[in-house]
Amino acid sequence: MTNYLLRRSGQMVLTLFLIVTLAFFLVQAQPGDYAAFYSLNPDIPAEAREQIKASFGLDKPLWQQYLIHMKNTLTGNFGVSFGHYPRPVIEVLAERLPRTIVLFLSATAVSFYLGFFLGKAIAWRRGGVLEYAATISGATLFTAFTPAFALMMIWIFAFKLGWLPVGKFLDPLIWRGAEVTANHVFSYMLATAAAFVVFAFLTLLVARKSGRFATGRLPFLIIAAGAVAIPVAWAFTGIGYLALDILRHMILPIATLTLISFAGTMLLTRNSMLETMREDYVMAARAKGLPEKVVRDRHAARNALLPVITSLVYSLIFAIDGSVIIEGVFSWPGTGMTLLQAVRSEDLPLVMGAMVFIGLFSLLAHVIVDVLYVYLDPRIRYQ
Amino acid sequence: MGEGTSLFEDAPEIDLSRGRLDLALVRLRMAWRTLRDGWAVFVESRIGVLSLAIIAIFALMAFSHPILMATVWTPDVYDPVTGYAFDRFEHPSPPDWRHPLGTDSLGRDILSQLLFSTKSEFILGITAALVTVGIATTVGAVAAYYGGLVDSLLMRLADLIIALPGISLLIVLSALFNLNLFYLALIIGVLGGFGGTAIILKSQALSIRVKPYIEAARAAGGGHFHVIFVHIIPNLLPLSLLYMMFTVTGAIFAEAVLSFLGLLDIRMSWGIMIHTANTGGYLLAGANYWWLIVPAGASITLLCSAFYLVGRALDEVVNPRLRRHDR
Repeated sequence: MTNYLLRRSGQMVLTLFLIVTLAFFLVQAQPGDYAAFYSLNPDIPAEAREQIKASFGLDKPLWQQYLIHMKNTLTGNFGVSFGHYPRPVIEVLAERLPRTIVLFLSATAVSFYLGFFLGKAIAWRRGGVLEYAATISGATLFTAFTPAFALMMIWIFAFKLGWLPVGKFLDPLIWRGAEVTANHVFSYMLATAAAFVVFAFLTLLVARKSGRFATGRLPFLIIAAGAVAIPVAWAFTGIGYLALDILRHMILPIATLTLISFAGTMLLTRNSMLETMREDYVMAARAKGLPEKVVRDRHAARNALLPVITSLVYSLIFAIDGSVIIEGVFSWPGTGMTLLQAVRSEDLPLVMGAMVFIGLFSLLAHVIVDVLYVYLDPRIRYQ
Repeated sequence: MGEGTSLFEDAPEIDLSRGRLDLALVRLRMAWRTLRDGWAVFVESRIGVLSLAIIAIFALMAFSHPILMATVWTPDVYDPVTGYAFDRFEHPSPPDWRHPLGTDSLGRDILSQLLFSTKSEFILGITAALVTVGIATTVGAVAAYYGGLVDSLLMRLADLIIALPGISLLIVLSALFNLNLFYLALIIGVLGGFGGTAIILKSQALSIRVKPYIEAARAAGGGHFHVIFVHIIPNLLPLSLLYMMFTVTGAIFAEAVLSFLGLLDIRMSWGIMIHTANTGGYLLAGANYWWLIVPAGASITLLCSAFYLVGRALDEVVNPRLRRHDR
């Protein structure tokens, strides 16, 4: 198991190395001189220009530039953004990465759960009305033209009904008198969410370990109490209304991303379930007289889960790409929107940085899936 | 060989050319039978048939544009890029009998744009799919057949490409370089061909590689090249066809997103139609200017999901374990 994970991480490091290389040479190969971009940008004063030229070795031959670039990247120096001058690229990206992670993680978690739940239901009652409805609506959402769909969501929920804000990360009118920065509040929100997930997980773990306790409703009541306690605690901090504002802005992008990505998991689970349902142990479970629900959830669905997890990498990439598009449409200031703005304004250092960050992000997602896979598949766990 | 040395003196004389013809006929008949059985399974899936009909309608639309331009539509008014509807006083104007889907903010006929773009979507999708499947089938068969170093190299490359977020990469590529439809199809095809599709086709090729007829072909003196291209690849083709469908969906989607962001060097497409409506500020006007968004948006979604659903119906043909009853 350690071997497997070590090998996978080795591949990941190699992949990251290749992504950095790809980003560098793509920018070098584009029409126009990268060095000239730096030195001709009128926003950059002369002494800073010389310093940048020297630190990036822009007067040296290409292969030396590449080596310097690689060294700079590894030490976290991505250069200075043209568009956000004089802020360094790494600072711009570090500010925006958490927003992308939240958007992506919550949408992926919800859509995976929803997709798995629906997938096993439609496989179990094959040929029913539910199957046709779920397949057609799922595939339509899955292949829907994401920008148009996102705009439709904005039009319905923000424009016509006026329930939610149209886009962006926060409402400046609410934040005008605030004494804390948005990132400050947002990092507290992240910490709260992480703490809650750990709390819920531990509660369930303890419940499962201690036999009788698990059968009751107590663990769920404890988790529900925690979920109620969090908003109450936030209300007393004095910045609760700011957190609420960010939360209101989060709902629509997350819902849209969830809707477009759950169908992949659903259709995959359906196929995997259909294959599992033919296995002998499912028939044996039925012959034992177990209730349908137990056969479905404990015997068939558990085993159908594995291929779905294997293919989770595909849906992760789909969700990462989807979040780039959705960030653009909702003006959600995350990494994806940064990339879009940077390529449009030819902010080349930021383009390279954002590409590397998005690549890094997808690699981390891969690592998480790998760990999950090892945890779920005993054949690898006990190797 | 001399007459006296033959062991089978009374064996009937075989006309080799005649035998080849017979063999070809048998193969043709078997292929026909497979096709007919496959069709019978495919027809069982109502969604699949419906999707095939939708694709056929779009194909008809693509053919109808040049015909309409040559007969009833004058280029001055109806050209998808340079036309101008002189008979309207303000643009965008709502649908009427002369312009069944109205005009856009630049006074161009929406129906003409829609029909004109259909052709390029098909060309893009099919080119990308052919490139993907051509590369992926070869890569999969070669990797499965040779194994070892070739296999590891090709599969690590595939892992690498899977880890790349495709749309983000395409956004950067199309912003930095001038991509037209052909290059876009090529890039999507190469990325798909060396990426995920290659892995799936390789796993299928692995199960073909251990079949007795491969061993028989090798024992009969067939070279590596012969075995790969005559025995392995034809057996991969059904699965390849399935992945062609998914590639078409991906290619049309990618083109639409990039056009919507205004990053492609294309004269007219569904994505550009929505881009025009968006830059003109008509999108949040919603139902007031529905003809600017709905036809193009619905076409993208319909064609993408039709190809996707045909792929899923084909999956049941190719993969017997998914079928409702055994045949």
